[in-house]
Amino acid sequence: MNFPILSSLIFLPLLSSLFIFLSKDKTNNYSSIYISLFSSIATFFLSLFLWYSLDVNTSEFQFVEEKSWINNFIKFKLGVDGISILFIVLTTFITPICIISCVNSVKVRVKEFLIAILILETFMIGVFCSLDLVIFYLFFEAGLIPMFLIIGVWGGPKRVYSAFKFFLFTLLGSVLMLVAIIVIYWLTGTTDITQIYEIKIPREYQNILWLAFLSSFAVKMPMWPVHTWLPDAHVEAPTAGSVILAAILLKMAGYGFLRFSIPMFPIASDYFTPLIFTLSIIAIIYTSLVALMQDDMKKLIAYSSVAHMGYVTLGIFTLTKQGIEGSIYQMISHGLISAALFLCVGVVYDRLHSRMISTYGGLVNYIPKYSFLFLIFSLAALGLPGTSGFLGEFLVLTGTFQKSYLAAMLATFGVVLGAAYMLWLTKRVIFGVTNNSEIKKLRDINKSEAIMLVSLAFLVLFFGFYPLPLMETFSVSVNSLINNYETAIISN
Amino acid sequence: MINNLNIMFPEVFLSLSIFSILMLGVFIKKSFNIIFNLTSLIIIITITIILTSPNETEKIFLDSFTRDAFSNYFKILILFSSFCVLNSSKNFIIDNKLDKFEYPIIILLSILGMFFMVSSNDLILFYLGLELQSLALYILASIDRDNLRSTESGIKYFVLSALSSGLLLYGCSLLYGFTGSTNFELIASQINQENTGAVFAMVFILVGLAFKVSAVPFHMWTPDVYEGAPTSITSYFAVVPKVAGLALLIKFMFIPFSNILLEWQTIIIFISIASMILGAVAAMIQKNFKRLLAYSSIGHIGYALAGVATGAISGYESSIVYISIYVIMNIGAFSCLYLLKKDGQYKENISDLSGISKKHPLLALSLLIILFSLAGVPPLGGFFAKFYVFVAVLKNEMYGLAIVGLLTTVMSAFYYLKIIKIIYFDDSLITFEATKNKTAQISIFASCAILITFFLYPSFLNNLVNTLFIS
Repeated sequence: MNFPILSSLIFLPLLSSLFIFLSKDKTNNYSSIYISLFSSIATFFLSLFLWYSLDVNTSEFQFVEEKSWINNFIKFKLGVDGISILFIVLTTFITPICIISCVNSVKVRVKEFLIAILILETFMIGVFCSLDLVIFYLFFEAGLIPMFLIIGVWGGPKRVYSAFKFFLFTLLGSVLMLVAIIVIYWLTGTTDITQIYEIKIPREYQNILWLAFLSSFAVKMPMWPVHTWLPDAHVEAPTAGSVILAAILLKMAGYGFLRFSIPMFPIASDYFTPLIFTLSIIAIIYTSLVALMQDDMKKLIAYSSVAHMGYVTLGIFTLTKQGIEGSIYQMISHGLISAALFLCVGVVYDRLHSRMISTYGGLVNYIPKYSFLFLIFSLAALGLPGTSGFLGEFLVLTGTFQKSYLAAMLATFGVVLGAAYMLWLTKRVIFGVTNNSEIKKLRDINKSEAIMLVSLAFLVLFFGFYPLPLMETFSVSVNSLINNYETAIISN
Repeated sequence: MINNLNIMFPEVFLSLSIFSILMLGVFIKKSFNIIFNLTSLIIIITITIILTSPNETEKIFLDSFTRDAFSNYFKILILFSSFCVLNSSKNFIIDNKLDKFEYPIIILLSILGMFFMVSSNDLILFYLGLELQSLALYILASIDRDNLRSTESGIKYFVLSALSSGLLLYGCSLLYGFTGSTNFELIASQINQENTGAVFAMVFILVGLAFKVSAVPFHMWTPDVYEGAPTSITSYFAVVPKVAGLALLIKFMFIPFSNILLEWQTIIIFISIASMILGAVAAMIQKNFKRLLAYSSIGHIGYALAGVATGAISGYESSIVYISIYVIMNIGAFSCLYLLKKDGQYKENISDLSGISKKHPLLALSLLIILFSLAGVPPLGGFFAKFYVFVAVLKNEMYGLAIVGLLTTVMSAFYYLKIIKIIYFDDSLITFEATKNKTAQISIFASCAILITFFLYPSFLNNLVNTLFIS
């Protein structure tokens, strides 16, 4: 394949944002919206084509592009395998949804908003495509700029604090990763990860480098105790910002563990498994309890995201086939479900301008379609069988039982807590007594909201009943990941 | 002897042109415009002369003057940045009634001084060049002579700089006394760890040079002079003398002091870390944009010195790349200040930027790019500058320096974000005049374009710099 499909995937959104920037569209923003919608859907189809033409029977990187970038030093190297393709498709699928959602929720500076979203999409796809540590770092960090602006310019009343917290937390975590990347370069003479996999980093360096990478991924994930930026950022960000943050940005860290931490530092990954288990269990139990106490819907979902990400880290570091597959499944499914839940909150927020649970109650009597969709997503979030949320958690717990009974039991307890806060949220918002007279005048979802929510609901149910398309895609890559890990451990 | 003159042809040409346009300025009335344009022309011609001159190392006048790739690179950088600073500030100069014909001539004189600084291979020539440059800068700092703050900053700069020159001269005389020569190469062959007197001299010279590049703890003059001097002068101060100062510092470390690496390395590491930390912390509380840029420039010099602190050629190269990108960013940042005009007054408080993204979206976007680049966020040019420095630092296994440097990056990101917050998140207060300042706009645009597209070909500067130390 000579056509640079990955580069065009990355730079298509950037190019269209340039078009929007240059378009003279003063009175209404329709042309900007159409350009961005068109380009993001085109990107989505391009990524679907990529998925379709990807050979899932090999764990090799495919569609590899390589260009000399910094002389004799770093190559601009891109490529996908069975794991990264799913995150790319998730990104390109969520972006058009965000653009549709901004038609209803963003009222000022729409053009700039669309530009920020599209630039962010470029960086996110870049993260999942890059096969070079420096390129990865470049895209990973660059995403901070548009997200900072999205939270800060279009966010809620405490947006400045949240935007700063988001930016500085993430930057602080990442600079240590940069040090680690440069050290790896001087140790191995390359930053190309396929070569680093071969070379094997000396074991005395592994632990410290692993910790440096953890500092970045733990903040991004976010893991307890550095998760505190997430609720603030989620609450203040506009709907589309929250959706991107929950659905894609959080997945970068999980992807980072799979792509970098485990294959490059297998011995350290093994060594630090108890640490990750402890942090994950604390995250699951503690943030679930915190979520129970929230009276702000967005904050509740944000804390539930931290808990769900706890399952992801738990699953990844079981280093079993079930655990890792469960984690990837959980990440994809959480990407869909949390995006949908934030959109649901956005729908009622656009009408009543309140995120407080106490504002609502008995919505089912007035806006039944909305309530039905909300119910599907909250049941998916608590992991009801038949939704995509179940499968991920189930596989993660299966994997965890093979490694540690205690961790598995505590994590299972977290599932119960998850059911508690999600059901209680649904009870208070959808059912219950209507105290607020304005709810009676609420409009049910309009066409654009229906498109977004129904397509998400369809996927959540589809992947709940028929996980094969996803499983088939990443299965071979996960196998080889585990094989390489085990050979490294045995040879040690 | 006369054949040797073609080696210093740029200097000769520059001196002759300075004298001719000085005469012209005296005899023509209202000559600012003519002299200004002639100055730009002279700079361009000098750049062409240097570009066409060969890069082989040549030493003349008893080996006291060198022309090599190193000096040529810095001369071009100095000329290029002076050209941008001068042209982007033209409207500002006229609006503030600084349009005396001496202004561009003094700038040319300081450039001449810097030429001798970067070309010198001898303590005496180096000192003469340094003084020529400093004297020109004293006048420039107080050029707005009816303005109290400008005069004050001129006096302050003069007194402190004279003190540092004194220290430098003392260091030079000690060095001569203990090594028996003023020639850099001869000094290098004489100097070693046992030669305590020479090590002492090195400390004095280092202090003097640290003052010139305003590194902590010799930075005290910077904020006051930056704030007091007219903005056009401040932007000159922030860019050009730093380039020359850093070039000289690298030259000293590379040639005369190369044998006492361990002695000066500790000092430079200390200066570098102190500059990075002070630059980051002190800038957080600033309200004046120029003062903030002063502290930020202190921080940036800290990063450039981190490259020098490695004592390896790769480190020096990374410093040179750093200072080159720093020049581009600062030209852009200062050019933005020339557009903040309201009722004939130029605003320089950070709070005046409040909400300009609504009324002046393009200016706001340019500032956004420049500030994120100064903060070193990828994929902008500023990131690569820092990246190369830390690659060099980590190559020499100076982990502490690298980690402190990167942590101060995060701290300094805070105050850059604070300005971006004021520009983008706050309410709009002031509408600035629709400006006709084309030159400033062009330099902002050029600066932003370079910073954004830098990632397409990030080894451009490295390739240039790689050739500098071969000789």
